Amino acid sequence: MNEQIIILPLLLHLVFSISLMFFWTNIKAQKVLSITGSFLAMCASIWVFIYVWDNGIQTFQAGNWEAPFGITFVGDTLASILVLLTGITGFAVSIFAAVSVIKARLRFGFYSVFHFLLMGLNGAFLTGDMFNLYVWFEIIIISSFVLISLGGEKNQLEGAVKYFTLNFLASMIFLTGLGVLYGLTGTLNMADLSQKIPLVNNQALVDVTAFLFLVGFGIKSAVFPLYFWLPASYHTPPSAVSAIFSGLLTKVGVYALIRVFTLIFVNDSFIEIMLQSLAILTIFSGGIGAIIQKNIRKVFSYLIICHIGFMIGGLGLFTEVAMAGAIFYLIHDIVVKTNLFLVSGLIYRLKSTTSLDRLGGIYKSYPKLSLLMAIPLFSLVGIPPLSGFWPKLSLLLAGFNEGNYWYFGAVIFGSLLTLIAIAHVWAKAFWEDGKEIKKSKKFIEFNQLRKYQKMQYVAPIVFLAIVSLYIGFGAEHIQQVSLRIANEVFDKQAYFDAVFK
Amino acid sequence: MEILLAITTGILYAAGIYMMLRRSMVKLILGLILLGNGVNLLIFLLGRITKGKPPIIPEETKVFEDLFADPVPQALILTAIVISFGLQSFAIILVKRAYKVLKTDDLDQLNTTDEDS
Repeated sequence: MNEQIIILPLLLHLVFSISLMFFWTNIKAQKVLSITGSFLAMCASIWVFIYVWDNGIQTFQAGNWEAPFGITFVGDTLASILVLLTGITGFAVSIFAAVSVIKARLRFGFYSVFHFLLMGLNGAFLTGDMFNLYVWFEIIIISSFVLISLGGEKNQLEGAVKYFTLNFLASMIFLTGLGVLYGLTGTLNMADLSQKIPLVNNQALVDVTAFLFLVGFGIKSAVFPLYFWLPASYHTPPSAVSAIFSGLLTKVGVYALIRVFTLIFVNDSFIEIMLQSLAILTIFSGGIGAIIQKNIRKVFSYLIICHIGFMIGGLGLFTEVAMAGAIFYLIHDIVVKTNLFLVSGLIYRLKSTTSLDRLGGIYKSYPKLSLLMAIPLFSLVGIPPLSGFWPKLSLLLAGFNEGNYWYFGAVIFGSLLTLIAIAHVWAKAFWEDGKEIKKSKKFIEFNQLRKYQKMQYVAPIVFLAIVSLYIGFGAEHIQQVSLRIANEVFDKQAYFDAVFK
Repeated sequence: MEILLAITTGILYAAGIYMMLRRSMVKLILGLILLGNGVNLLIFLLGRITKGKPPIIPEETKVFEDLFADPVPQALILTAIVISFGLQSFAIILVKRAYKVLKTDDLDQLNTTDEDS
């Protein structure tokens, strides 16, 4: 009976997003309800993770239909840690959104859609059925379309058109792949597909299908050369929205790539070479893009692309060490990237701009806040005790052992570019003396906010900074989790046994 | 029948992608709609077309004895149609709003997000 708890976070988000609709105009009630809801969902996801960690892979057959026929939800360690991270970042962002998103947006159902987005993310991580994965992806993208265009500012709508087109196209390519896959095997259950794919006579068509999935998920996770929608749209919505997008949306694509290319399409050397070379190109183009940008949020957007390359490369090397490194990087990246966009929101509130040309002197006027903001910035670079360092070590080790010196070099070069970009941000915005910035009269200064509002700005950043410090200083725990996930991903028997009980 | 459907699917894919590559936003939406229909037809086609054999087991037998039409692809298409209908209606509203605010239908004019600010 207990295996049903794996979908508890998902159900909580569903219940809360529906009940939020009844408080459409009452913003205060919405804020309280949303923060309570995401707190409960975080507690539930902690419970799910501990349960899965203690008791192994859990499965839940929807409607009690046996495995290959019905929809299966599978809570393995990979899915449950991602559900846990969704809970943590969702909680932080819902507190931050309560104060940073303007009332006009909250009045049009911001929170309701936000919880639908989190529900979709949880569903995508937990499902064990390919078509169900497509449906969760659609829930995610339709919610994200609403969040990205809510407010209707000029550059927001422009970003939304680009974001919409590419994501819709990606879904269509994914669905095409799905149709061909069903035609080849007659099943949609991932565990069943994994067993039936080697038996298919027409292996050439299997390769084509694998490539369709690579392109579809590649667009969603912003892999070279399909990443142009990301820097064109991620800096346009409010920072709370960009935070959840950058932390989780592109990572869903990475998760789907990991799932599909370890479970369904394996031993495909063409895909492995493709993933490795795409990873190297992604690292280069994202990193070089980041150092020339003049807007903080655009710098962070390009850094998302750069670091997607690290994970894709870890997947492409296809060894246990590399996979553990990629998973560790995924865990670190979700927390830190979310926090970085929250930091950019705080910087905007302090200085009324996010342009590096106009920013300056934050360290002088707000020394304590600057030290706080330094934690996510330098975690991202990977200064040794902080969280970014350990996964890169695994990735470098794996690249060296496999003799893939291109990837080895790309990781070092990508880290260097990240360091340059972050040092540039730090020097320009924090250290350099500030110029006088013209603020519009309606702009509310950080110092004019009430005490609880200031807390709402700072508390989520502190919370996520503590989590990322734990990832850095408690690296052996996270490494243990990543190694267990890598083990599970390569040894599929446990997954099959759990699905076909 | 299969060959006809295969050709139709191909035409829908080609037309959809051609329309998406045009510069007008309205043509972009039309392209997306055509592509979505092409995908639905493809799933229908790949579920094998069996004529006049509904997937209903007669009362006197327990299992299927004959070839029967697979109901799963049709369920999949129904879901996909509903989803793409929702997405397309959102897209139309989005484009209408974007046209009102940006005062252009030309996708090449959409470059303010790429400028430094």
